[in-house]
Amino acid sequence: MGAEGIGARVLRKEDRRFITGKGRYTDDMTAPGMGFAAFVRSPHAHAAIKSIDTSAAADMPGVTAVLTGDQLVGDGVGNLICGWMIHSKDGTPMKMGAWRALEAERVRHVGQAVAVVVADTAAQARDAAEAVMVDYEELPAVVDAIDAMKEGAPQLHPEAEGNLIYDWEIGDETATNEAFARAKHVTRMEIFNNRLVPNAMEPRAALAAYDEAEEHYTLWTTSQNPHVARLVLSAFYNIAPEHKLRVIAPDVGGGFGSKIYIYPEEMVCLWASKRTGRPVKWVADRTEAFLTDAHGRDHHTEAEMALDEHNKIIGLRVKTVANLGAYMSLFSSSVPTYLYATLLSGQYDIPAIHCNVKTVYTNTTPVDAYRGAGRPEATYVVERMMETAAREVGMDPAEFRRKNFIRSFPHQTPVIMCYDAGDYEASLDAAMKAADYAGFGTRKAEAAKRGKLRGIGFSSYIEACGIAPSQAVGSLGAGVGLWESAEVRVNPVGTIEVLTGSHSHGQGHETTFAQLIADRFGVPTDSVSIVHGDTDKVQFGMGTYGSRSGAVGMSAVVKALDKVEAKAKKIAAHLMEAAEGDIVIEGGELKVAGTDKSLPFFQVALAAYTAHNLPAGMEPGLKEGAFYDPTNFTFPAGTYVCEVEIDPDTGRTEIVNFVAADDFGKIINPMIVEGQVHGGLTQGIGQALLENASYDESGQLLTASYMDYCMPRADDVPSYKLTTTETLCPGNPLGMKGCGEAGAIGSPPAVINAITNAIGTNEIDMPATPEKVWRAIQAAKMPAAAE
Amino acid sequence: MATVTITVNGKKRSAAIEDRTLLVQFLRETAGLTGTHVGCDTSQCGACVVHVDGKAVKSCTMLAAQADGAQVTTIEGLAQDGALHPVQAAFREHHGLQCGFCTPGMIMAAVDMINRYPAGLDEETIRKELDGNICRCTGYHNIVKAIKAASDTMRGMAQAAE
Repeated sequence: MGAEGIGARVLRKEDRRFITGKGRYTDDMTAPGMGFAAFVRSPHAHAAIKSIDTSAAADMPGVTAVLTGDQLVGDGVGNLICGWMIHSKDGTPMKMGAWRALEAERVRHVGQAVAVVVADTAAQARDAAEAVMVDYEELPAVVDAIDAMKEGAPQLHPEAEGNLIYDWEIGDETATNEAFARAKHVTRMEIFNNRLVPNAMEPRAALAAYDEAEEHYTLWTTSQNPHVARLVLSAFYNIAPEHKLRVIAPDVGGGFGSKIYIYPEEMVCLWASKRTGRPVKWVADRTEAFLTDAHGRDHHTEAEMALDEHNKIIGLRVKTVANLGAYMSLFSSSVPTYLYATLLSGQYDIPAIHCNVKTVYTNTTPVDAYRGAGRPEATYVVERMMETAAREVGMDPAEFRRKNFIRSFPHQTPVIMCYDAGDYEASLDAAMKAADYAGFGTRKAEAAKRGKLRGIGFSSYIEACGIAPSQAVGSLGAGVGLWESAEVRVNPVGTIEVLTGSHSHGQGHETTFAQLIADRFGVPTDSVSIVHGDTDKVQFGMGTYGSRSGAVGMSAVVKALDKVEAKAKKIAAHLMEAAEGDIVIEGGELKVAGTDKSLPFFQVALAAYTAHNLPAGMEPGLKEGAFYDPTNFTFPAGTYVCEVEIDPDTGRTEIVNFVAADDFGKIINPMIVEGQVHGGLTQGIGQALLENASYDESGQLLTASYMDYCMPRADDVPSYKLTTTETLCPGNPLGMKGCGEAGAIGSPPAVINAITNAIGTNEIDMPATPEKVWRAIQAAKMPAAAE
Repeated sequence: MATVTITVNGKKRSAAIEDRTLLVQFLRETAGLTGTHVGCDTSQCGACVVHVDGKAVKSCTMLAAQADGAQVTTIEGLAQDGALHPVQAAFREHHGLQCGFCTPGMIMAAVDMINRYPAGLDEETIRKELDGNICRCTGYHNIVKAIKAASDTMRGMAQAAE
């Protein structure tokens, strides 16, 4: 692999700027004449807007303009859209309610923007925003998805009767019913997946600058996918044609899905910049982030698992209601459908599966993809069911999983996915060994002597990443293709720039992508720079989400490298008067195999640009581009084992050991992969133990700051034990599967299974706070009233 | 409006500012030092930690006027003559950062923590002491490792100097 090639623990090239305070985030950008935006937001979850009086605000010091939704609509700015079409089982299309960037008629969640103030300073803008008088007529609100479907519930959108967005299904219902009819045992559970707020540490921000002379906009923004942002802003929101709009995502402080989407605020800054004739900056405060960043999860599920007499799973039936909030965010429709129900087979050979998903509107913040997106929800259902079923039939949960594992590949599940490669027993064994499963009984007994309840829980997760062949996602309703692009530019002096449509907001692309080049040409990573996040520099790209930067983004780089290598070899063969097939690249040199003839890489590059002596008919230059469209999803999988100790007097859970055994296929930089897993695990443990976006009945978000929303802190989580197993993904050139989301997908059920194992009752939902655990312990102690 | 003078990273900065100006705003907007970040507005996340007269302070919770006459060190002032501070070096060596947004506050808090525990730090103490700093990327695993390593390094340096 070489010191810096594939598989090496190369320290990050990008770190120096971050550890010295020289990172350049959106809020660090300034533009001459810049004004600041502050949004006027609804304090009500549901209300009609009777009037908006901006006159007092307009007279405040420093105010340039106070703008409202009527002006936005009048200027032809389009509504926000959801870009993935889902059809209900009756064939009707999903019901998309109108979503304006500034609402003029009816607000549908607390925090929805109704006006914007632009002023000389941020403080002046805020002061003036407070002076905008909005006359609301409050309407009844609904926050819970089940309640929203009830007769008489407040209705959000005229397009969606009963607040129903779609009623969708997947799988073979008849075959599934037949399986249940002959089942020897059926496990049934009602499972909630709590609502979360992504909480990237850098709040969303935008700086929009309109150049009147060129009729051109520049937008610096916190985006995971600047090209998609430009496409949507241009094609759907009518901000400007693509060639008149440059979107730059500079250093971005975390995303976790929340920075995929195009939100009202970024659009409004662009529009307001033209309206006011000055650059406009907006930076969310944390409460704005809580109220307006797309939330994650919020599922209510009823699941049934059918077993035969040998404890083999023969069927799975799942009914899920997913809360999408007040509006359909950009990819919201895909999350509880193709990113969720298609993973319900887990790692198991289940011949019949049927899943019905209903999605509904409520007076809450829109819900969309958050780290894992659908797959954590599926994993939580499947893995809680696996553990519960094993207990009910009296089998060891590890052995029950082992008995039902898929063992031959490719494996076609009943829910679309075709798993290409894996070895689930290998990761289960690795996890059990690392967790010392055999010694658990001794540890439990020792803990009992100290008055503690000790429990152990498994989660054998699978996810589908890369997302995915463009034709396939198109047939499933996606409005975009999900390929990636790359360009490799070798400069005349032999240094290399790699342009990628992938985007790093913490993942370390500047290092790992450079490792591919070091591996291929034997040049140091210091001679390589990775260019990303600017629509003026990179031709096009689909961005980073779904653990796709490696499996899809790097595959595009590999394709471009193949072309560069082929041309470099042709030039070298010509210069050294050798056969092209005899040229090998080693240690930064192009050599003629079996001879002492060689040329340094930079000389070949120089020859390509001087063009004094190239093979006949060859174009000068050494620069190649490629688009890579994946051939399938990739399927990272693994087993996590969580061990907890619970204080029965306080209900407090301590994670005393956490083991992750992952199969990510080929790993480029183990240090970075481990970091991704650490972070994912902590977010998953946060979901399981601490985090919850909690609304009161009137639709007020009770957890809208770090004072109220419990983020995992350093003393809430342990140090982790990580191990990997490897089966290569056959679908891409490097055999990569992706690692960014696994931790958040696999960990919640492992934690909850450990807790239910410790306390001896299955009646607990996330987050398993000390209060809930204590109450569950007390409830289990009480004799059932009916008995 | 009030005129305040703050010595930032050894350099005196005077400016007439609105009374409500926070220290973090003074640092970012007046002094042009954007390494100090704002992550939460409620003194919870610690992305804005700087040193005021040698002690870690959340600069979103202090008025610039309160720092009048004080010596402030920000993340930009930590490396000396291009040589990284041992805590900065340890964060890189142990992959203690990903997106980098919480990193300046983490590093400034860690330097303060190590200063307060000259006898060294164990993992449990580091985790408890990091209560005022939130990171969403790293899961803290490598941050804890980095601080432990930096603490050991700095203790070794201190002993060698004695």
